[in-house]
Amino acid sequence: MSLILMLGISLTVAAGVLLALSRDLFRLIVGLAVLGSATNLIVFMAARPGSLIPPLIEAGAQQLSTAAANPLPQALVLTAIVIGFALLCFALVLGAWLARDSGGDTDQLRDAEPAATDPVKPPVLEP
Amino acid sequence: MLVLSPLLVPLITALLTALLARHAAMQTRVSVLGAAAQLIFATMLLIEVTQGGRQSVALGNWPLPYAIEFAADALSAALVMIAALLGFATVLFSRHWNEAGMETPGLQPLLHGLLAATAAVFLAADLFNLYVWFELMLISVLGLLVLGGKRQHGEAAFKYFAVSMLGTLLMLGAVGMIYGATGHLNFSALRAAATQPALASALPAYIGLLLLAVLLKAGAFPLFAWLPASYHTLPAPVLALVGGLLTKVAAYVLLRLLGDVFVATPGLLIEALGWLALATMLSGVLGAAYHWDLRRILAFHIVSQIGYLLLGIALATPAGAAGTVFFLFHNILVKATLFLIAGLMWVSAGHYDLRRIGGLYQARPLLAVLFLVSAFSLVGVPPTTGFWGKFLLLREAFDQGRYVWGGGALAVGLLTLYSMSKIWVEGFWKPHPMQQSDHGAQFQPAVAALPVTAYATVMLLSLVILIMGIFPDPFIRYVDAATAGFWTGALR
Repeated sequence: MSLILMLGISLTVAAGVLLALSRDLFRLIVGLAVLGSATNLIVFMAARPGSLIPPLIEAGAQQLSTAAANPLPQALVLTAIVIGFALLCFALVLGAWLARDSGGDTDQLRDAEPAATDPVKPPVLEP
Repeated sequence: MLVLSPLLVPLITALLTALLARHAAMQTRVSVLGAAAQLIFATMLLIEVTQGGRQSVALGNWPLPYAIEFAADALSAALVMIAALLGFATVLFSRHWNEAGMETPGLQPLLHGLLAATAAVFLAADLFNLYVWFELMLISVLGLLVLGGKRQHGEAAFKYFAVSMLGTLLMLGAVGMIYGATGHLNFSALRAAATQPALASALPAYIGLLLLAVLLKAGAFPLFAWLPASYHTLPAPVLALVGGLLTKVAAYVLLRLLGDVFVATPGLLIEALGWLALATMLSGVLGAAYHWDLRRILAFHIVSQIGYLLLGIALATPAGAAGTVFFLFHNILVKATLFLIAGLMWVSAGHYDLRRIGGLYQARPLLAVLFLVSAFSLVGVPPTTGFWGKFLLLREAFDQGRYVWGGGALAVGLLTLYSMSKIWVEGFWKPHPMQQSDHGAQFQPAVAALPVTAYATVMLLSLVILIMGIFPDPFIRYVDAATAGFWTGALR
């Protein structure tokens, strides 16, 4: 079980890194999303899953039985998924807007930078 | 509940200002009131903490190591107070400020969201909670970045998003693994659990990962390129808040994690941090020396100043931590003031590019004086806040025999002087280029009237900086007391 999960996480991380290193805007976003899923799996895995007993307190008992699954990592992952999803939606809209002009090439995103040939100190410029 | 108030008040204000999106005048009023209320509550919390020691509140009706804890000690309370002061100044400054993105109804809710998130990061005493509020900061800043609505704003937001997202994922992964190893997320419980000998081999790797994430958010070498690529597209008041606070929050988190929570971190990581600090200082200041856009110069100086903070953390002693915290106070205020002054220079002379402006010394002598106060503070000329901050850091560095680190910091101070004098010579002394040329009649510098509230805000902040510089004694005593417990029990 752990080995399968571990291999799965490694593959997901590899796929995410490969996509995130791409020059294409949307590949980059999808890559970050895939990396996000991998990270969620890591958090999930870090708490040693294994028990399949739902974390519910039995009727009459005062506390969770020690055999039950740990609910905390699931709560953490759920929070991370919500945040990650919101950011992904934002990034997709932003990406769609930017890609309209640049065609989705991240190398074209140079509007906010000074020109590469900016001389050290040009003479008086137009206003 | 007083502990939560500096974070609840801006959250409520954000909600109210979002509801008042269609009533611009009312929204501004509520926003100013909300910022003032946060400042009042933060001051009350500071007084409470100075009198009664650490205050904490545990949420969720669980016993302590498992509840979600918010705590204010002397360090957090002071930083919350400074952040609230800066928030108030920003909101005041924003009134009647015309720059792309300032008139959108989304601005005020996002500003208060950012204020809430920074206050919460200062107050969080739980690793996962820290991550969540860091995210909230990221989301607020992303919103603020795109408000301008031009292409360059979108690009800046995208670059900021891509790099911050990576840092966020690293942080989440590290938090998950630290939880997996120790079984805890609460700072006090982690402090106890981190010393278990069984964890000595695995935990440093996870802490290293967490450090990497926080360093990315702090803008440390070599992961700082996102900062000067995005910050300069923000309008002046927002830039002051974001540039003044954000990376400094990450530096605070680093100090909290290394100096307070994981004190048993191996010396190798701390040593590496020191060299990174040196590289950060140098690369930031050299970047600033190359650029001509006021905001870009100042953005690179953020990176450079982060280096000083990292240096103080890498010294790994209570005295080093005290220097770091004093420098943190100084830097948040001075950096924000400089960004606001850059905004006033833009209004007065018509451009952010130093090559296209000039003559401000004649046109606005008062602005020149205000700039000098902040610039001297940034450089560290005695008796300003920057001098005391650097003095505390360098004294400790030389005491420890870290001559390369200390010498590097001194050299960077000299380079900072160079780039501040560049702004002075180009922006204030040199005549305005449009006056020299043929079409001088078209443009008169400093014809636009400066917004009075904006001017008053900068004067207020400069006054605080001056007082802190001339009477540093109570502040130094305060940071000494606040950091006395840091790095105790460290192995070194």
